[in-house]
Amino acid sequence: MQVFKKILIGIAFSPNLKANLFEAIRISNMFDAELVGVHVGDKTEDKEEKLQLLLDEAPKLKTPIQTIWQKGKPVHVIQDTCIKNNIDLLILGALQKENFYKYYVGSIARELTRNASCSVLLLIKPSIIRVPCKHIVVNGLKDEKTKDTIKTAFKISNLLDCKRVTIVEEISQAELDIKVSDDASLRKATIAKERIKRREDIRVEKILQEIDCKDTTLKIQSIFGKRGYSIGHYAKVKRADLLIMNAPSKTRLIDRIFPHDIEYILSELPTDLLIVK
Amino acid sequence: MGKVNSYKVFARDIPKNIFSGFVVSLIALPLGLGLALASGAPPISGVIAAIIGGIVTSILGGSNVTITGPGNGLVVVVLAAITTLGNGDMQQGFLYTLAAVVVSGIIMIILGFLRLGSLGDFFPSSAIQGMLAAIGIGIFAKQIHVMLGNLDAKGSIIELIMNIPEGIKYYFTTDNTSVFYAGSVGIISFLIMVFYSKIRNRYFQLIPAPMWIVVLSVGMHYYYQYFSDAAYPIEKAFLINLPNDVLSNFAFPDFSKALELDFISAVIGITLIASIESLLSIKAVDKLDPLKRRSNLDKDIRALGLATVISGFLGGLNVVTVIARSSVNVNNNGTNRSANFFHAGFLVVFILLFATELRKIPLAALAAILVYTGYKLASPENIRKVFKIGNEQLLIFLITLITTIATSLITGILVGIISTFIIHVSINKDIMLFVRNLLKPNVLMFKEDGKYFVSVDNFSSFLNYTKLKSKLNQIPENEDVIIDFSLCDFVDHSVMENMNNYVETFKRKGGHLEIIGLDNYSTRSEHPFALRKNIPDFIKPKEGVLTKRQKSLQKIGAELNLNYLPDQKEEITELPTFGYFKARQIIKISNIISNGQCSLFDIEFSEGEMIAKQIIRASMFYIKIDKEIPKFTLDKEGVFETIYHFTGFKDISIENHPDFSKRFYLSGKNQVKIKELFTDELVLFFESNPYYHIESSDHGLLILGKERLAGVKEIKALADFGFRLQKIIS
Repeated sequence: MQVFKKILIGIAFSPNLKANLFEAIRISNMFDAELVGVHVGDKTEDKEEKLQLLLDEAPKLKTPIQTIWQKGKPVHVIQDTCIKNNIDLLILGALQKENFYKYYVGSIARELTRNASCSVLLLIKPSIIRVPCKHIVVNGLKDEKTKDTIKTAFKISNLLDCKRVTIVEEISQAELDIKVSDDASLRKATIAKERIKRREDIRVEKILQEIDCKDTTLKIQSIFGKRGYSIGHYAKVKRADLLIMNAPSKTRLIDRIFPHDIEYILSELPTDLLIVK
Repeated sequence: MGKVNSYKVFARDIPKNIFSGFVVSLIALPLGLGLALASGAPPISGVIAAIIGGIVTSILGGSNVTITGPGNGLVVVVLAAITTLGNGDMQQGFLYTLAAVVVSGIIMIILGFLRLGSLGDFFPSSAIQGMLAAIGIGIFAKQIHVMLGNLDAKGSIIELIMNIPEGIKYYFTTDNTSVFYAGSVGIISFLIMVFYSKIRNRYFQLIPAPMWIVVLSVGMHYYYQYFSDAAYPIEKAFLINLPNDVLSNFAFPDFSKALELDFISAVIGITLIASIESLLSIKAVDKLDPLKRRSNLDKDIRALGLATVISGFLGGLNVVTVIARSSVNVNNNGTNRSANFFHAGFLVVFILLFATELRKIPLAALAAILVYTGYKLASPENIRKVFKIGNEQLLIFLITLITTIATSLITGILVGIISTFIIHVSINKDIMLFVRNLLKPNVLMFKEDGKYFVSVDNFSSFLNYTKLKSKLNQIPENEDVIIDFSLCDFVDHSVMENMNNYVETFKRKGGHLEIIGLDNYSTRSEHPFALRKNIPDFIKPKEGVLTKRQKSLQKIGAELNLNYLPDQKEEITELPTFGYFKARQIIKISNIISNGQCSLFDIEFSEGEMIAKQIIRASMFYIKIDKEIPKFTLDKEGVFETIYHFTGFKDISIENHPDFSKRFYLSGKNQVKIKELFTDELVLFFESNPYYHIESSDHGLLILGKERLAGVKEIKALADFGFRLQKIIS
């Protein structure tokens, strides 16, 4: 299970800074973690003053913030800082473009998400006043990382006082070896789906045996569809507040051209997203 | 159904199918001859296609009551292919075209194996309509001249149409008796086609109209031969020409032009039309199937491809599934594939036994049948239907129609697709919506509480319809399905039409499919298939246009003797007093079904502020209560999300009802009064009914299910629950 002891937040003096900072401070306090702020660029008095002003206004941190000022390419600087300072969690703010419902990850955030050495939390709607987290959706993929991710999800749901967790098993259409073309094959496919669903449920329930989840409303939902896409769409439909996913194993150039798994979600963030390394 | 049992049923039904196969063959014979003639091919080639098609697809096909044979859609492409490939030499052109037919058959087989049978789904339906109408006009323009006895009319479709008045004049003024008599036979035949359905005589209706034409024209020949002194007034050139020995004179395809551009474009055209016509027909015939079976499209396409290859090698035309003959099959109680087989068998018998008689049929008689088919394809009725859906659909229709007539079929359909896309972009004023999301998956389907829920994102049009279709096809048709389009910015006419087909299919097979999330869309007409664009909240939708869901709500209202108001006329002023709406901003209330005491309504509200704002639409039930009641909330035990804001509320357990306390989470401040309110009767009511979230204000109760718009079935359940609760509580 992931323990987030050291949290990093990138400080860019953008209009979103205040909200991002407030969220990061709240999360650090909830997790009992240390907060590190890194600014890529010159350290000027003006900027320092601005930051201090914001910090004065923000809720009190349990352990004081550590700030790092460094010049360089944003992606590299943040990556290096993550490794050097043993960061457990990187918090990034996403951009919101065009109409109300769609959020996109900027190029820097995307790059970091793909290559970060630690877990990443992407916030689509950082808020100055706390918006309580009511529903967490976590993936239940058949993957060795899943167990750890689900455990982390429950830990976080406890810390955030979130009472509802849904585990989504995405089952790839390819796993269902039957193509529906007429009544007979449809019947076969429906039965096969039911069987696969039961098998996946048992697998997830096995993981859950090790977890204390008495206090949460737990639901296991199986979805047949494109991996990585379905869970995002589901989170959007169910209006989840946080989506927790396994970190992708490896992303190559080809995966960006033909998006898969996490890339779908990154291209159109449905909710806040935590990627557990 | 077990295998043995199904064989028994099959054997039991054979006599029925022999009969329906016979009736179909009566139509298939003249149509086969006529379609081949209209295509510029030897008449026998159409009958060969019908025979091979009937035999091969009945054995290997994937559909049940379809009839296969030469199709009317192909007439125009095949004629064009024969003319261009033969450079004026029709005989040689036909041999080249046979090669194109063989190649197109091979492509169809490959498409079937690649499961691309659904190729037709990529074409917007108005463009297909336009293309079919163009084909109809093409057939009509050429055949009306033949019908009037003029075999030499040539030229482009437009020229042929312009020449029609002249053709009529020629018929009346000619001194060539053959032309006059052939023309007269043609006109009488045409009148038979037109008035056949209007004559209500049982014996007359026993024989289908095309067969009447054949019988009467052959009869006329015999009349002149045996009873009249005069010679038969129509020359041999005006009669059908069949080879002397039908079984040994097969034409063989000539592949020497296989790499030329003309040949390739002929192959593309033939394959395109053959697959579109077949798919449309199979889908349409499935709706007629009395046993409600679902056809295996890809298997059928493979079988049609194989039949086409064989037919091409034997000198026959393409084999496609044909709707008119198939519906005759269903109407005559055809129940399985053997009907198609018997139809082929009877055709063989006719050709072998009656070849001499068939040679006596004037071409004009067959042309009359085709003029009628052509008119049906392009009838003003069809144009009116398209216009009703919306004027942008009419524009697409006309663009495709005119381009197809003026250029070629392939150009026509391409222009149709492109213009549809341009119109979609201009309606949305946003090309990025399509470009960015075209290749992304946009459909989510999952099963929850025994119901299927399908949500569609971004946009849904002919461009990405296959994604939605492949999900919907995986749902057994006897299940409950809700399709939610509320995340979609744009839904086009092709999708709406297909959704409507799904609604019907589900209804027919005992399921229920419902479309939600379209209430807030703007439409361009009142037609249920009109395209829909999601509009921002500040623009009011056109008054008086109700969506299907709204119409169902109106009906529910009428059934319950309640008022239905699609738009907010009177506010339910008490709503903001509920705890639920403390942190939520009500934007709009619509679709109110009310009797003053109780109201059922859709509500739109927002959560959060500024960029964290989310807009939610849900269905709720409100009960006004005259006496004062204590504030409480009631939920399924374990669902905390809706009540987190009620700090200071405690879980209250009702004595003597441990089961109720275990299953429900009842909370409120004034414990004593709440316990007074929850009488045994009320507790029993909650225990024995589905869960809803219920909360009270001082003078009212609010009931809500899921935080989304309810489907019609769910609305009914909610209404029933609400009204019964109201009776108990007041």
